[in-house]
Amino acid sequence: MGDAADVIVVGSGPAGVAAAVELRRNGVERVVLLEREADLGGATRHCSHSPFGMREFGRVYSGPAYARRLAAEAVRHGVTIRAGYSVVSLHEDARLTVACNGVVSELEAKRIIVATGAREASRAARLLPGDRPVGVLSTGALQSYVALHGLMPFRRPVILGSELVTFSAVLTCLRHGARPVAVVETLPYALARAPASWFPGLLGIPFFRGAELLDIQGRARVENIRISHGGNLRDIACDGVLVTGRFLPEASLFLNSGMGLAQGAQAPAIDQDGRCANPLYFACGNVLRAVETGGWAFREGRAIGAAVARDLAHPVAVQRVAVEFAPPIKLVVPGYVRAGDATTGALGEFQLRFTARVRGELSLELDGVPVWARRREFLPERRVLVPMPAGLQAAQRISFCFREG
Amino acid sequence: MLGRTCAEDVFDVAVIGGGVVGCAVMRRFALAGAKAVLIEAAPDILAGASKANSAILHTGFDAPPGSLEWQLMQAGYREYLDIHAAYNLPLLQTGALVCAWNEDEAARLEGIVAQARLNNVADVRPLGAGVARALVPGLSPRLVDAVEVPGEYVIDPWSAPLAYLNQAVALGAKLLFNAELLAGQFDGTWQLQTKAGAVRAAAVVNTAGLYGDVVDARLGFTPEFTIKPRKGQFVVFDKATARHVPCIILPVPSETTKGIVLCPTAFGNVLVGPTAEEQEDRTRATVEAETLTALIRRAAEIVPALAEMPVTAVYAGLRPATETKAYRVASRPEQRAITLGGVRSTGLTAALGLAGHALSLHAQFGTALPAAPPVVPPVRLPNLAESRPRDWQQQGCGEIVCHCEMVTRREIEAALASAVPPGDFGGLKRRTRAGLGRCQGFYCNARLAAMTQGRLRTPLAVPAEGG
Ligand SMILES: Cc1cc2nc3c(=O)[nH]c(=O)nc-3n(C[C@H](O)[C@H](O)[C@H](O)COP(=O)(O)OP(=O)(O)OC[C@H]3O[C@@H](n4cnc5c(N)ncnc54)[C@H](O)[C@@H]3O)c2cc1C
Ligand SMILES: Cc1cc2nc3c(=O)[nH]c(=O)nc-3n(C[C@H](O)[C@H](O)[C@H](O)COP(=O)(O)OP(=O)(O)OC[C@H]3O[C@@H](n4cnc5c(N)ncnc54)[C@H](O)[C@@H]3O)c2cc1C
Repeated sequence: MGDAADVIVVGSGPAGVAAAVELRRNGVERVVLLEREADLGGATRHCSHSPFGMREFGRVYSGPAYARRLAAEAVRHGVTIRAGYSVVSLHEDARLTVACNGVVSELEAKRIIVATGAREASRAARLLPGDRPVGVLSTGALQSYVALHGLMPFRRPVILGSELVTFSAVLTCLRHGARPVAVVETLPYALARAPASWFPGLLGIPFFRGAELLDIQGRARVENIRISHGGNLRDIACDGVLVTGRFLPEASLFLNSGMGLAQGAQAPAIDQDGRCANPLYFACGNVLRAVETGGWAFREGRAIGAAVARDLAHPVAVQRVAVEFAPPIKLVVPGYVRAGDATTGALGEFQLRFTARVRGELSLELDGVPVWARRREFLPERRVLVPMPAGLQAAQRISFCFREG
Repeated sequence: MLGRTCAEDVFDVAVIGGGVVGCAVMRRFALAGAKAVLIEAAPDILAGASKANSAILHTGFDAPPGSLEWQLMQAGYREYLDIHAAYNLPLLQTGALVCAWNEDEAARLEGIVAQARLNNVADVRPLGAGVARALVPGLSPRLVDAVEVPGEYVIDPWSAPLAYLNQAVALGAKLLFNAELLAGQFDGTWQLQTKAGAVRAAAVVNTAGLYGDVVDARLGFTPEFTIKPRKGQFVVFDKATARHVPCIILPVPSETTKGIVLCPTAFGNVLVGPTAEEQEDRTRATVEAETLTALIRRAAEIVPALAEMPVTAVYAGLRPATETKAYRVASRPEQRAITLGGVRSTGLTAALGLAGHALSLHAQFGTALPAAPPVVPPVRLPNLAESRPRDWQQQGCGEIVCHCEMVTRREIEAALASAVPPGDFGGLKRRTRAGLGRCQGFYCNARLAAMTQGRLRTPLAVPAEGG
């Protein structure tokens, strides 16, 4: 295909749509949005329960209604929408191999924005033990059963995890005629904050923290799970296992194209404009760090869309400094800081996540000098925000340090 | 002779068990003109050992010299090379490296080369660590020495038996699923009781894999062997790993096992496994977290880049091992019964060879089969291998349902409407790859539930409450 777009956006969740719309609002002519599904909206298409859209559209939507609003926004702003297009691979020179209805072609653009979202880690990726019968699935799949097909995969599931999405899964079950028989978390505490974590208790659903899943049993369909909890073995009869949370970036396009992923995050590393190691590529939304709210993904997409518009108008010679960190810090987004010129970037904050529950002091050092510090408890899967300090772009060394105690 | 006198309802042969061996036997007998019936306990084929293996087409270079196993592996290997193109089955000519990681193992390589020569695998050659690492740069620098076995190949372990069975069906064979064999009496013909009703047949072939001894007993024979299941667990890595593992990487085998293998799959992944764990249970092929973690660690010792790679799938299979290493093949001409038992760890390779062997044993029964069919209807399987064009690359394929494995709706519908349709979800996955990719159904499981309603023995979606 000869006629190159200005920008191609891959993925039409909140992040991708917001980026595409923002590009158009900034006068970028040819903005193409590629989505492999038939409908736009990404994960919000099946989040039937929660309030979406308050900050970006000033009113509350259900997930599917929000997805429709996103599609309408893209149309209204003259984004060229290509649904049913799967991006198969990324090439260094901002060309994409794309498949649609059996036609495999190449598309090219001046810049590419990847907004392919995140998914929950599968049962296999978590190395969960036991048989492999029908009835083990993720929250995303459960939501799709309910919202897109009017079906249910089980009636008496055990639910693994304790993130926000876990408790939203409990609600989805109850609303659609399933009664969870237990919630099981391997950590000794719930990952989500109260009151979400009180939820199972209030509903009379046993909530086992610090429990180890020893076995999933079932010949055709799940029949039973065995856990060890407080030194006791416990069998729980059930007809399904819902594996929730532990989101992973949907970053396989980067991994398979040899562009590499950032340490810890398993995501493409970006600078504060969303620019990847290859400066023709940008990324935004859940693909950067796994799960955030829909509203967060939207705002990030919008900010990075604006940064790409600026980049097209005034390309910068990119010099960057990698942000240093070590466990228990799991990831830092952005992982690079564009150095030199002092223009503000799309992102005004660093987002960090931790690998484990730890108490101690987190500090940010520029060239070895602490410029920010906080002492408190940090939990895995919780967002930690650190404002970008003045002088950041002049620093030769940028490091996050953690001292226990 | 009895043979065909009792009209249509007597089959020439009943094959008990639809693993890879049973499917190959069905094909061979159907090609020979037999009216064949498959009696399978499960809702689909490949419910036992054949569901989960390493998918290597072995040369037999390390088989016991002169053994029946060696002979039938080589016959099976040759026949697969002859027929795979016509059936549209893949053949990944990867070759294998036998890798020695210490001096002890290196000292045994010479013996391996000698045994390969003895086994007619003449192209096996010592490589040295330097050449091996030039061929596979991802190999750990700890490599001490290596031997190349150019003829070890990778195939699609599920499409192959499906092709064999489809060939039989195209020639008029009958299939009975959910039809566990319960008992059989021979009174000139076989009266077989199954969970799906009675079957009469002139001869029987027992290919019941993990239940070979049980089925022999149910047929009224004193079993000559006892199945001792041996479990093998595997980890399948993301497709991004494929570039690091271009060929099969074998260890120096020990007395009891071929050891842990790193192997490309026909579908573009890399697997590591299998373990060798004896167990009593014949039904449960469970995975265990510590074992899987150890396999990943082992993989990273061999090819360090694998340490960081995402895991796509984990699985386990049970080998139908017995008290001895050898295949347990028995022929009972008086009762016109053949047992192809104890096909422990090389059955994918040897299946076609075992089938030919069964037919030659049957020829000694003195019951002639009807004339071979004048025309053999062609059978072509849909290609699932990454190395060759898939449906999503064909114009007009329509939408993609499983994005990780790029499975089209057209492929799924074709599988559901095929001559040997899937009986359960595993069968659908094996026929199309839907749901077998890195997300393991996060995106497509619900869609598959909707598309397969009323089609699978264990539905993905449960019936509505009270409905
Ligand atoms: C189970 C679940 C529950 C959630 N619950 C809530 C909630 O209650 N409240 C809340 O605020 N947020 C919730 N979220 C999060 C919210 O939905 C996400 O934050 C938001 O959708 C992320 O937006 P995104 O644009 O980054 O990615 P996504 O919405 O995931 O969109 C990514 C898009 O990229 C497409 N894509 C991927 N790969 C390709 C490719 N190769 N070619 C073409 N297209 C591709 C996908 O099809 C998808 O449409 C939930 C998410 C999930 C999964
Ligand atoms: C871990 C592992 C790795 C392996 N790797 C390789 C490899 O790389 N290359 C290779 O060539 N081989 C390999 N093998 C070996 C190969 O998988 C086996 O040899 C082969 O699958 C045996 O097939 P089968 O048909 O004899 O038995 P099965 O596949 O077990 O089939 C028996 C069938 O009989 C049915 N059945 C049982 N009882 C009854 C009854 N009463 N009535 C009706 N039906 C019944 C079962 O449901 C089953 O479908 C491996 C095996 C394992 C386990």
